[in-house]
Amino acid sequence: MGSMTIGAKYKTTLKDPGTTGVLRMNEDKFTFTPHDPRSAMKLNVDFRSIKGHKFNKVDGSKPAPPLLNLSKDSDKGGGYMFEFDNVTNRDLSRDFVGKQQGTIPPKPNVPPENSVTSTGEEQLSAAEMQRRMKLLQEDSELQKLHMKFVLGNILQESEFWATRKNLLEDEANKGSKQRPGFKSAMLADVRPSADGRTNKVTFSLTTEIIHQIFAEKPAVHRAAEYLLRTKNTVAATAEAAEDEELAIFLKNDDILAKEARLKIKRVDPTLDMEADAGDDYIHLPDHGIIRDGSKETIDNDGELARRTLSQDLNRHAAVVLEGRSSDVELTDTKTVAEAIARSKKEPPSSSISDDTNHERLVKVARMTEIEDLQAPRSLPYAPLCIKDPREYFDSQQANALRSLGGNNDGRHARNCRLSTDDAFDHLLGQISSIKVNGLNYPVIQSDVALKHWAAIQELLQHFWSSYPITTSVLYNKVQRIKDAMTQIYQKLQDIKESAQPDVRHEISQLVKPMTQALDAAFNHDLEQQQKSSKSGNKPNGF
Amino acid sequence: MEKTLAELRLLFAHLPAAASRSLLALGLSSRKNLCVHPQASAAAARDSVDTACRRLTASWVRDRAASDPDSTPLCDFFESFDRAAAAGDLASYMPPGVYTLADLRALGRDRGICPYFLARQMVKYANVVVYSYQYLIDPKVASIVSREMQKECVVVFDEAHNIDNVCIEALSVSIRKQTLEGAERNLRRISQEIDRFKATDANRLRAEYNRLVDGLAQRGNLPISDAWLANPALPEDILKEAVPGNIRRAEHFLAVLRRLVRFLDGRLETENVENEMPVAFVASIHSQAGIDQKMLRFCYDRLHSLMLTLEITDTDEFMHIQTICDFATLIGTYTRGFSIIIEPYDERMPDIRDPVIQLSCHDASLAIQPVFERFQTVVITSGTLSPIDLYPRLLNFNPVISRSFTMSLTRDCICPMVLTRGSDQLPVSTKFDMRSDPGVVRNYGRLLLEMASAVPDGIVCFFVSYSYMDGIVNSWNEMGILQDIMQHKLVFIETPDVVETTLALDNYRKACDCGRGAIFFSVARGKVAEGIDFDRHYGRLVIMFGVPFQYTLSRILLARLEYLRETFQIKEGDFLTFDALRQAAQCVGRVIRSKADYGMMIFADKRYSRHDKRSKLPGWILSHLHDAHLNLSTDMALHIAREFLRRMAQPYDKTGSGGNKTLLTEEDLQNMAQDAMEM
Repeated sequence: MGSMTIGAKYKTTLKDPGTTGVLRMNEDKFTFTPHDPRSAMKLNVDFRSIKGHKFNKVDGSKPAPPLLNLSKDSDKGGGYMFEFDNVTNRDLSRDFVGKQQGTIPPKPNVPPENSVTSTGEEQLSAAEMQRRMKLLQEDSELQKLHMKFVLGNILQESEFWATRKNLLEDEANKGSKQRPGFKSAMLADVRPSADGRTNKVTFSLTTEIIHQIFAEKPAVHRAAEYLLRTKNTVAATAEAAEDEELAIFLKNDDILAKEARLKIKRVDPTLDMEADAGDDYIHLPDHGIIRDGSKETIDNDGELARRTLSQDLNRHAAVVLEGRSSDVELTDTKTVAEAIARSKKEPPSSSISDDTNHERLVKVARMTEIEDLQAPRSLPYAPLCIKDPREYFDSQQANALRSLGGNNDGRHARNCRLSTDDAFDHLLGQISSIKVNGLNYPVIQSDVALKHWAAIQELLQHFWSSYPITTSVLYNKVQRIKDAMTQIYQKLQDIKESAQPDVRHEISQLVKPMTQALDAAFNHDLEQQQKSSKSGNKPNGF
Repeated sequence: MEKTLAELRLLFAHLPAAASRSLLALGLSSRKNLCVHPQASAAAARDSVDTACRRLTASWVRDRAASDPDSTPLCDFFESFDRAAAAGDLASYMPPGVYTLADLRALGRDRGICPYFLARQMVKYANVVVYSYQYLIDPKVASIVSREMQKECVVVFDEAHNIDNVCIEALSVSIRKQTLEGAERNLRRISQEIDRFKATDANRLRAEYNRLVDGLAQRGNLPISDAWLANPALPEDILKEAVPGNIRRAEHFLAVLRRLVRFLDGRLETENVENEMPVAFVASIHSQAGIDQKMLRFCYDRLHSLMLTLEITDTDEFMHIQTICDFATLIGTYTRGFSIIIEPYDERMPDIRDPVIQLSCHDASLAIQPVFERFQTVVITSGTLSPIDLYPRLLNFNPVISRSFTMSLTRDCICPMVLTRGSDQLPVSTKFDMRSDPGVVRNYGRLLLEMASAVPDGIVCFFVSYSYMDGIVNSWNEMGILQDIMQHKLVFIETPDVVETTLALDNYRKACDCGRGAIFFSVARGKVAEGIDFDRHYGRLVIMFGVPFQYTLSRILLARLEYLRETFQIKEGDFLTFDALRQAAQCVGRVIRSKADYGMMIFADKRYSRHDKRSKLPGWILSHLHDAHLNLSTDMALHIAREFLRRMAQPYDKTGSGGNKTLLTEEDLQNMAQDAMEM
């Protein structure tokens, strides 16, 4: 494997200017020797104590120096941060570190979180992986938990994510549920700016606005396409609209009329006023009364049908409603024009036979059904499902909190199923009340306790969801979790005992719900074990 | 129509199997809506579809095709219809059931038979027929389509609040410059045709002449595909005698028409508004053009006969000369209840010269009378027949039963309000002197804006007219109010173009469905106000901006008011208020369709707070209009709206309590029947 030597800066914190020196790495340890021999920042660290490494993204957009962070055993926190002269050096040393740990990132510039995802047995799709990474990046709490349990080999990757399926799904659905749309406002907010000296008026159009213009005014779009084709220049939209040569293209009406023909076939028949007009024998030209004042005089002289404001409004709203069909990154006029042209082609030509169109029939059925003639429908309810351990656990958490002291406010009483966040808030409140009470005891202790809170939550959740133990996988999982819980339990006890006598009561109050929950888990485990030992050999061995 | 049939289908599902197995219900519409022929149905306008159909199905075209099958295209759908009709097994094509227009088309495509003619024929055997009520009222259409209806038929006019207007329109004709020019063209074409026939097939014209001498204006039983719009006069008013001798010959008739067109052209040149009774008009035609009343009466039938003889299929081209003959026949037939008004320009746009001769019918009872006489049971019904006693007077009949039903609501699910002031406490109104006041425009805009931010889903706004709507929307646009409104909801507008409006409505529904919310701007008396429901989330609030009075300076309206006063003793003011309020009620009534639904109605005009106006609203609205809601300003209305919406959004128990059940069970019905018996 050899070794490598590279120049780097050692930093204790992110803001630390750092100590320049030489980083030497070999198979089992790395050393850092500062250039300044007087500096105390000498390091000699065994790689075995390094549990993971992180590095930052350097993409040139921000003047961030390339960093590599080798994190120590997650329980103790902390780590070693090095700054490199350039990204290449950083990547080299990162790869080296990665080799030492047996986890080489699949490709550069991917955060290390996913370097461990591949250790699970499951084969993940790239999309799934990305979703997980995104979640971790967005939620530092989650990231901490992930670091602790997955990297600490307490939970498997798949187990960790199994309880967060809903999070993942939300993430997955985000894209399909919501499409980027246009603003509801009309284009009136594009104000021309004049420079005051000449008669020139300048419109500043963003691609956003150009896209909207193209969508609303197909003629402008066509003209722009024509320009792009013939002159091969990315002509500005506004220019296209003003160019007199292109005036022939600017008759919106025929394009819109063609579209309307197509669309009207898909309209709900109960709305189809055109069909009604087909029945109207009275309003033949020149039949009936035209000027009795109940009707408006309509200029049907076939003169240039000017696009009136109301038509523009309708068109605008229709376009807004259609939304943007492509989520192509819109950069300039050309791409915008092409994107719209593509989306226009999409609608299939199978809209000819309207009668067989099932959608239309469904629409009619829905519209004609009269609500109050329907039998009363049963009210919607959410079925209780233990299968979703997270919800179940959350509800249990609320109960545990309720038993805690008499300072439950009304909110708790009303809401019997608190989420984890609520519980956490409650705990925070408790801590701050301790602080407010003017205790001079170093609050670090309580903060430490707080850190454990999330960890315990996660462990308990997995613990409870593993019951009943039916497979050896679950059995192993419970064992692992139990070990981790024992550790944390021990730590909590330490906190309690190390507290000074005057605040011990508060601290123990604080820790109590956690220890109670853990106790319950241990007891349950014990019972289960006793039961299984009593019942003797089970067929599946548990 | 589709809606009615679809609802009927739901009803059929509840009938006992034996009953539903023998019932046939169908919709009847024009060729435009029913044609399945790939080329003919592609035409955009109704007349073009009719013409395209005639080109393929007229009897002489089919005769020609028999001798020369290669060069004469026929409609396969019609041919198979004709074969089935001849064999008498049309019924096998149409098993009992409910047929919407879409069903008919699907059936036509499936079985290769023409749905239009099939429906026309099956009307005879159907138990329920749904069609536009012009098919029954307009004599031109009724005599071909509804001829077969039996006396025992039950005629139901639903949504009949405007039935008097339909009646008078059915008997009214207007002639403009374009009409006369078109008629001249038609006459030239006809004379060419006559010359052609004289050269090639003189026997035809001679045969027609002989037929007319025998006193048959009509050829009797025409093939179904040749039938055309019939005589515009009512059946019993049509003379059953021979066509006068001086128009029996085609050339002579043509000369008469030429003189008539020239006379009308001369009258159109006037600089002043002229108002004449038919008798005086006929007299002046007689003295100046030498056409007597009897000749005028026969114009329509004579033209019809001539066109059949000349085998003219493109009837849409000949619209103009038909209009002239329509006019002639009507003035020749009726002496009272009509007036002829010649206006050189529209009263509202005096700069634009647009002369028009209008024959306007003032008496709604004329057109509806044959329906009352022909059928045993006629029901006139609508949600907005109010005041209900005015309709028998307008239509001149004695109602056997006249009943106004109250609405039994499970909860107070409608909330009518009268808004008289803006948030600045200044009155709002569309009164002529106030409507262009920027303060009023702004107050209306603020009202809509506030409501758009408070009301979920759909809001419908009705304005008194297109021009007012255009004006106020433009002002809102300039004031920036429209932009603010669009922050909350998308805006759609009704335009005179039906296609555009239909698409706008469709998009409006989509916007409500997807939760974006939308506002629909529409006009009272428009197509939307008449036919489209804005129930459920499609309409949580209707705002009626102003009182939709008719344009009171219109000559035609004035003439009608005068006639009503003299003949039926209905005061002008009463009629105008009645007419405006029924339109307003029609507009706001769009918002609710079932007890499970809820919606608010805002009448935004200070005039609604007056008792004489308000009391003309239908009872079901009045009973929910609390005294506290009679004189509101924008902020008060907003407060009430918020309260109402909060209350209505609660889950609601359909079973209700006591007699207020939303859905009655069979048991309840029996109990009610028993109670009624005991009483």
